[in-house]
Amino acid sequence: MPSRSALLHALTAGEARQAAVVRRRKRLLALAFVLPLLLFILLSFVVPIGSMLWRSLYHPAVAEMIPHTLVELRQWDGQGLPGEPALQRFVEELYALNRERQSGRLAEEFNRAYAGMSSVVKSTARRLGRLDEPALATEGVATLLDSHANWRKPELWRAIERAGRVYTYDYYLTALDLEVDAEQGLRVRQDTQIYLQLYAKTLKLALVITLLCALLGYPLAYYLASLPEHRANLLLVLVLLPFWTSLLVRTTAWIALLQTNGVINTLLTGSGLLDQPLEMLYTSFATVVAMTHILLPFMILPLYSVMRGIDPSYLRAALSLGARPLPAFARIYFPMTLPGLSAGTLLVFIISVGYYITPALVGGTDGQMISNIIAFHMQRSNNWELAAALGSLLLALILLLYWLYDRLVGAGNIRLG
Amino acid sequence: MARPPKHLPHLLLAVALAAGSGAALAQESLTVVSWGGAYGAAQKKHVIDPYQKETGVRVLFEDYTGGVAEIKAQVESGNIQWDVVDFEVIDLERACSEGLLEDIPRDILPPGVDGTPAAQDFIPEALASECAVGNIVWSVVFAYNERTIGGAKPASLEDFFDTAKIPGKRALRKRPQVNLEWALMADGVAPEDVYEVLATAEGQQRAFDKLNSIRNDLVWFDSWSQAPQLLNDGGAVLVQSANGRFYDAIRQENKPFVIVWDGHVYDLDAWAIVKGSPKKELALKFIAYATGSKPLAGMPDVAYGPTRKSSMPLADQSATPHLPTAHLDQGIQAGSEFWADYGESLGEKFNEWLLR
Repeated sequence: MPSRSALLHALTAGEARQAAVVRRRKRLLALAFVLPLLLFILLSFVVPIGSMLWRSLYHPAVAEMIPHTLVELRQWDGQGLPGEPALQRFVEELYALNRERQSGRLAEEFNRAYAGMSSVVKSTARRLGRLDEPALATEGVATLLDSHANWRKPELWRAIERAGRVYTYDYYLTALDLEVDAEQGLRVRQDTQIYLQLYAKTLKLALVITLLCALLGYPLAYYLASLPEHRANLLLVLVLLPFWTSLLVRTTAWIALLQTNGVINTLLTGSGLLDQPLEMLYTSFATVVAMTHILLPFMILPLYSVMRGIDPSYLRAALSLGARPLPAFARIYFPMTLPGLSAGTLLVFIISVGYYITPALVGGTDGQMISNIIAFHMQRSNNWELAAALGSLLLALILLLYWLYDRLVGAGNIRLG
Repeated sequence: MARPPKHLPHLLLAVALAAGSGAALAQESLTVVSWGGAYGAAQKKHVIDPYQKETGVRVLFEDYTGGVAEIKAQVESGNIQWDVVDFEVIDLERACSEGLLEDIPRDILPPGVDGTPAAQDFIPEALASECAVGNIVWSVVFAYNERTIGGAKPASLEDFFDTAKIPGKRALRKRPQVNLEWALMADGVAPEDVYEVLATAEGQQRAFDKLNSIRNDLVWFDSWSQAPQLLNDGGAVLVQSANGRFYDAIRQENKPFVIVWDGHVYDLDAWAIVKGSPKKELALKFIAYATGSKPLAGMPDVAYGPTRKSSMPLADQSATPHLPTAHLDQGIQAGSEFWADYGESLGEKFNEWLLR
């Protein structure tokens, strides 16, 4: 067969030009068709994720509120109290912020750097607010130092200096349970260490759920694939039915089943199998059970569609050539289902790593995952920067796992059908 | 074959647009956000519905679950969806100082029905913040169920932490607020010293140690609405919740619940206006109406105390002994300033303790 360039050579220059125009038009048309989708992805994924990443690194709030104080603080060696000019600048800037009703925002920022400062900043701002402009120059610094003992602590001013940096990786340090100390440099956070534990726990729970989904889903998909089409379709509806049911309804159904005096415990104690009801709801057990149930269709569907496409004559050929059933399954059939298994595993794992609603409802204390703490920082503590850093790390973790997976299994090996 | 007229879609669109803009012109609307449940129903009956009837303003009454996140997002993006919000005072302090709320001038508040000027009619706590006007006093209490409690009945916070005297699960809301105060009071700290002690590292340790002593008997929930449910189906024998939630279950559903008032932590809810609301004037009028003597007199329906003294004679008197205001000497006021300071750091410590 002649190649395309050979064909083009067979055309006249005018014909070739016309062909190029037609091709370009087709390409533009194709682009126009996917443009809405591209825009949608850009607006709903790339922009929010990008702004989240950006928020965790770029934090100009403090630098915008007390710029002159920070300039002065940069001259300071970090030992003892900062010099008179720095304190005077700070007094003036706090005074101005109080006038504009913005001192609360500064209080919030300081509180994050040094716990307990919120009320100190607010009460100090109120005290300064009672002075007039000339008195501010003469008595301002004294008023500041008198209003709370914290203002005399060098570590507070060091924390303020750090909080004033516009570009910061501090939120990432916190998210990794690390902190920077004046004397020792980088070290493990002294106060609280939770985030690494939570990441480990999230990965563990996600792995357990994925494994359970694979163990339950594989035989079922195999059975479905071996049935005649009309019966398989009927049974497939049973797989899809819970998939179409509201997530909240399914989770609430698990609450009714698992609670202390719920269906399961009543059956167990009523039949005399147990004296005391089992503690099942609000544990990681409940999280695993409910999430396995919710995510099972994501495993069954790709497995089923891949298994449907496998010609049963391969297995029959292996058996007729003398292979025993188990080795024939393990060496002939199983490798052919791997693309479906890969797709299902990856889907279930990635969805469960970021899962939020089910652990929040049935997880109690030991069933919490990293997404719940991200929600805590978004909704309760209002520390969106830390939430962004935690979310970015989670994203990085998933990308890393995907890369590992690609190296080990090969991403090209995934098939949804 | 009959075909639909070619211009039908355009026609429909035009009609829809005209209808939409017509409705907007005909009626002013205001978005008011509160907590739903029995409390929301009482507000709808005594505040929202009469207000709509009297003024013709359409009120979109929505629910939220507390916290500052949604309001912060709206203010930061400049896309204000909510006009008036019912705040827990614990959240109010932070929202106000972060500049997320409008100031509310005191002179908009009408005098009480008996003629008392607003400044004297309101209890002082209700007017403490310049960003909001308090409307109810509510309280966090614990309760037991007559059917599941067994022989010994709890009478105090000490009993809540005494698993030998009262065996069984205890359910608390999953957050450090109130729980750490209870732990300290049960450990013998005088109610008036609780927040002072809790501000120190030793005090925090003491509170967590006390919680730790009953750790295996604790069940955690996320929303107040789960609490009566837990008490009813036996998920726990002692359950923490807002007093109104228990009261509603006792009165409306005849549940055999008994409220224990010892060491209750009371707090106010207050109406506030989201900063930058385009309907600020209307929102101010709404708040002036909603905190009037008569609408507030409906709040005892769900056992929440009105913040105006002049409301009490108008209220359903059968609820009076069940209001937090009837038990003030047994409890403490929630420290909104303390939690503005330590909410985040103790929140982290609390989560760490949960994971331990």
